[in-house]
Amino acid sequence: MSMVYLTRKAEFSASHYYHNPKLSADENLRLFGKCNNPNGHGHNYTLEVTVKGEVNGKSGFVVDLRDVKNIMGREVLDALDHRFLNKEVPEFATAIPTTENLAIAIWQRLEPKMTAAQLHRVRVYETPDLFVDFYGEA
Amino acid sequence: MSAKRYKAHLSRRYMISASHRLHNDDLSELQNDTLYGKCNNPFGHGHNYMVEVTVSGPVNPESGMLCNLSDLDAFVRAEIGERFDHQNLNLLPQFAKLVPTTENLCIAIYEILKRGFNSAHLEKVRIEETMMNSFEYAGE
Repeated sequence: MSMVYLTRKAEFSASHYYHNPKLSADENLRLFGKCNNPNGHGHNYTLEVTVKGEVNGKSGFVVDLRDVKNIMGREVLDALDHRFLNKEVPEFATAIPTTENLAIAIWQRLEPKMTAAQLHRVRVYETPDLFVDFYGEA
Repeated sequence: MSAKRYKAHLSRRYMISASHRLHNDDLSELQNDTLYGKCNNPFGHGHNYMVEVTVSGPVNPESGMLCNLSDLDAFVRAEIGERFDHQNLNLLPQFAKLVPTTENLCIAIYEILKRGFNSAHLEKVRIEETMMNSFEYAGE
């Protein structure tokens, strides 16, 4: 059988700032630089979700794209789009909303719901020249 | 989420502009022309290269990062940008005996990062020579 990978893109816009309460103000500023501004700043994020599976003989699909789109909308975009990540998204009450942690959080939101196909990769672009890939690896 | 360490991959894109000429001194004029076509033009020609560096590692719970982006940016600026940006690649020591194809540029940049950048594990270097061509080297 043939394993095929399918990728669906989405965009969301959100604000965040980087701050670790266990560090002093000076240490935070040194580590995070301008990302430490407590008023936050924003990005237009691009999300790419890749699932994999065998091609179904009847439909010719790896997965019904509508299912992927709906799960991404419900589990990720509704929660993150036009939000202040630090203040409105529970994962970031404790974790710092870096692109790394965002990719991990999105994986953890999607993975239990993505039953129609196997989640392969979550890619989050913070800007066109910076992105993080997460494959669920510990 | 913060206690456990997950492994992530981070990729950063940089631009360098440089000129080159594809020419092998061991071949005849005719053989060079046949092999490299318009890339053999003795005056050289240039590209805006998009260099994509991918590193991986566990995400540090203290910082939420797998490596500090400013370390990577500073390294690439000093070791890659300073060396290759706005240069004629054929005149650089790396290409004294090596044809400056994008394959070889990819390998050269990978080796510089592998030797000098220790803040995360280097996964690969991918270079787009134009929007139509890209090359990847992962140390294999």
